Amino acid sequence: MADEIPPGSKIKPNQGFRVNKFVVGGILIVAAVLLLAITSLKGNAQYYMTISELQAAPGKWEQNVRISGAVRGGTIQVDSKNGYITFQIVNIPGDLKTIEQMGGISAVLHQAVIDPESAALTIRYRGARPDLLKDEAQAIVTGKMQADGTFAADDLLLKCPSKYQAAPLE
Amino acid sequence: MAADLGFGVLIITFIVSIYSIGAAVAGTRMRSPALIDSARLAARVTFPLLTFVNLVLIYLLVTGRFEFAYVYQVSDVSMPLYLKITALWGGQSGSLLFWSWMLSGAAALAVNQAWKSETQFTPWVTLTVMITLAFFLLIVTFVENPFARIWATLDGKVFESMLRPAGAFLIYPPDGVGLNPLLRHPGMLVHPPMLYAGFAGFVIPFSFAVASLASGRSDNAWLRISRPWALGAWTFLTIGLVLGSRWAYDVLGWGGYWGWDPVEVAALIPWLTGTAFVHSLIVQSKRQLFKRWNIVLVILTFCMVIFGIFLTRSGVLDSVHAFSLSSIGPMFFVFISLVFIASLSLLLWRWKLLASEGRMESLFSRESAFLFNNLFFMLLFLICLAGVLFPLLSELLTGTKMTVGAAWYKRTTGPVFGGLLLLMGVVPLTAWGSSSAGKLGKRIWLPALVSLLAPALAILRSGLNWSGITALWLITLAALLTLFDIANAVVHRMKLQKESFPAALGRVFMKNRHRYGGYLVHLGVVMIALGVVGVELYQTQTQQTLAKGETLQLDGFTVAYKDLFQYQASDGRAVTQAVIDVSRNDRLLATLSPRSDYYSLYQQSVTVPGRLSNLAEDLYVVLVDWQPTTTDAATFHVYHNPLVNWFWIGAIVMVTGAFFAIGFPGGRKVKNI
Repeated sequence: MADEIPPGSKIKPNQGFRVNKFVVGGILIVAAVLLLAITSLKGNAQYYMTISELQAAPGKWEQNVRISGAVRGGTIQVDSKNGYITFQIVNIPGDLKTIEQMGGISAVLHQAVIDPESAALTIRYRGARPDLLKDEAQAIVTGKMQADGTFAADDLLLKCPSKYQAAPLE
Repeated sequence: MAADLGFGVLIITFIVSIYSIGAAVAGTRMRSPALIDSARLAARVTFPLLTFVNLVLIYLLVTGRFEFAYVYQVSDVSMPLYLKITALWGGQSGSLLFWSWMLSGAAALAVNQAWKSETQFTPWVTLTVMITLAFFLLIVTFVENPFARIWATLDGKVFESMLRPAGAFLIYPPDGVGLNPLLRHPGMLVHPPMLYAGFAGFVIPFSFAVASLASGRSDNAWLRISRPWALGAWTFLTIGLVLGSRWAYDVLGWGGYWGWDPVEVAALIPWLTGTAFVHSLIVQSKRQLFKRWNIVLVILTFCMVIFGIFLTRSGVLDSVHAFSLSSIGPMFFVFISLVFIASLSLLLWRWKLLASEGRMESLFSRESAFLFNNLFFMLLFLICLAGVLFPLLSELLTGTKMTVGAAWYKRTTGPVFGGLLLLMGVVPLTAWGSSSAGKLGKRIWLPALVSLLAPALAILRSGLNWSGITALWLITLAALLTLFDIANAVVHRMKLQKESFPAALGRVFMKNRHRYGGYLVHLGVVMIALGVVGVELYQTQTQQTLAKGETLQLDGFTVAYKDLFQYQASDGRAVTQAVIDVSRNDRLLATLSPRSDYYSLYQQSVTVPGRLSNLAEDLYVVLVDWQPTTTDAATFHVYHNPLVNWFWIGAIVMVTGAFFAIGFPGGRKVKNI
């Protein structure tokens, strides 16, 4: 320990005591942030799934989930009196390999929307209509299934494939 | 023809970069200065070559050659010239080519710098930057080729390819898809080049660190050369991030500027490790500490730059099952892993050589403050990395894919940012070497007492908001302590040199650019924090449908819906514009015109908010909906964003301070470490 070294000693006290202060302080801070990060997961982390997976999952009503799908443009309805919008999204594969094999995300979105057999989900979102909410956009919604079979979204993220990728050639 | 030439030169550039790598390796092994010089010259040649390739692609964009898939995807006939040029970085393959060009520019400068100042470093710097460049050229040349044409076969299949597939014929589309109107914002046009400049800049400190390790040096030469690069890269990355935020605030119409989207976080991660580095390098240059740690930081920053480009450009984030690897995914994965393992092995090999020459004395010393600064930035880095990788991590650990969003990031990073604010304020009061809590306390108590005024005011105005008053207290404390320290130095100089206040202020700043430029950056951070607190903790909002003449109330503002009209703009937009009167206490403050532009060509509407904007607050009015024919009623979403403009002012102060620290303006070369 540091206090065993006689005064005037030229031996460097291998920082035993001093380092401990830094180590203890550091560990305390790291532990506090780690604890915060983990406890914040509760209620703030969501399961990530496709529409088909959600509809197949038992106990789907209670979970807070994140869903990705293709927007069916014709179904977008704005209820500005009550301040919410509703629209349908249809299932797209969640696996990037499959998406690439099908010709890229824009082709996948296009296929999903025109296919009447696609598994569909009605989304209810409270808020203003985003500019990117349009036909064949990719919507990523976070929220919960409701008893009436609709999905109440707290969060709506839209990706427009034309941003970086071509629309399918006519 | 032009495209074939461009592609040919691209291949030649790739070969030149490979040659440069080979010559650097051979030159080192055979101890041949001639070969090493040849490697250096080859590295420099890649810049003019890639300049030519980029110009060819710009030429194709400007002349509207839509038979090229890239031109077809990112441009159209109606776009003005400047948009056609900026479309160079508007899509995947073009932006990778553009980034390669920036990297080759930085490489050309760096290899020369090594040659002139630390000749011993030349082969290693050349090797490192050229391996990085060759990796990206490999992708641009063989996987994401911007010169690929669009082909079709008679049975209706469409290909993108450089060479003609068997039985296919070339398609000449009359027009392209064009750039989404939402992205036509000056901030968004300059945002990618700024990010890329920052990314490219961070490659250079990494290459000098590798050079230093490989040549078995234990001095600070690599750090001295790297410092301006790191500061410059940091500055450009900061500009890039802020421009992206400004775009979100102006265009996206949700009254915010940062959504913790994975793409945003991916760009923030190298900024965090880079910020840790520009701080900890000071400790090495002043106290010979943190030598190994600085190398680790530079390696991390480099890997995170490549990781960031991968995340934002590979499309993995579009997928629900993020991180199932796309075609360029495995290449990035292999490259990052190899770089990480190779550079860490290099560090372990030289581990003993890089022992600290000094040691930490006191918990209250300045080096200790820097240690905790680095700890906090590392925590932020780990939080962000964990957040981005969370879908992958959770699937590995629990078998189910989970994801975290803005709420998690805010809760987790908030206290760490608070700790950083506190440190930032206290650091100027600490001394190198030994210091004690008592000494620190003597200097801190008065500013600490004065700073309590801010939370007191906040309570009077907005009530008890615990996070809000804590944050405001930390912000005021940090600002006061920084200003006190500057004032001390100025007053001292006024007394000693009998100078006037402006003269003393100027001299103090000019004499120690690194320190006072850094203080300016810190004052900018304080302002940014003020803006963040205003929006995150004191924002209020409402959405209401109003008939003409009706009003709504928000935070003392009265918003009255006066009128709505629609017209066709000359550039093809269908504009719906509302007239809104904003008043407070029966006094008319402004007439706003929130509007919605519909671009029928792109089937895209663009919401342009009406804004009443001053230093105290923004009133941000979005036209959400209206009755199409009668225009009697319309729906508005109104945000009250207190203090938000300090975010943008702070960003300008921050960037100014950083440029000042690097040496602009002023002409004279900055005295280095």
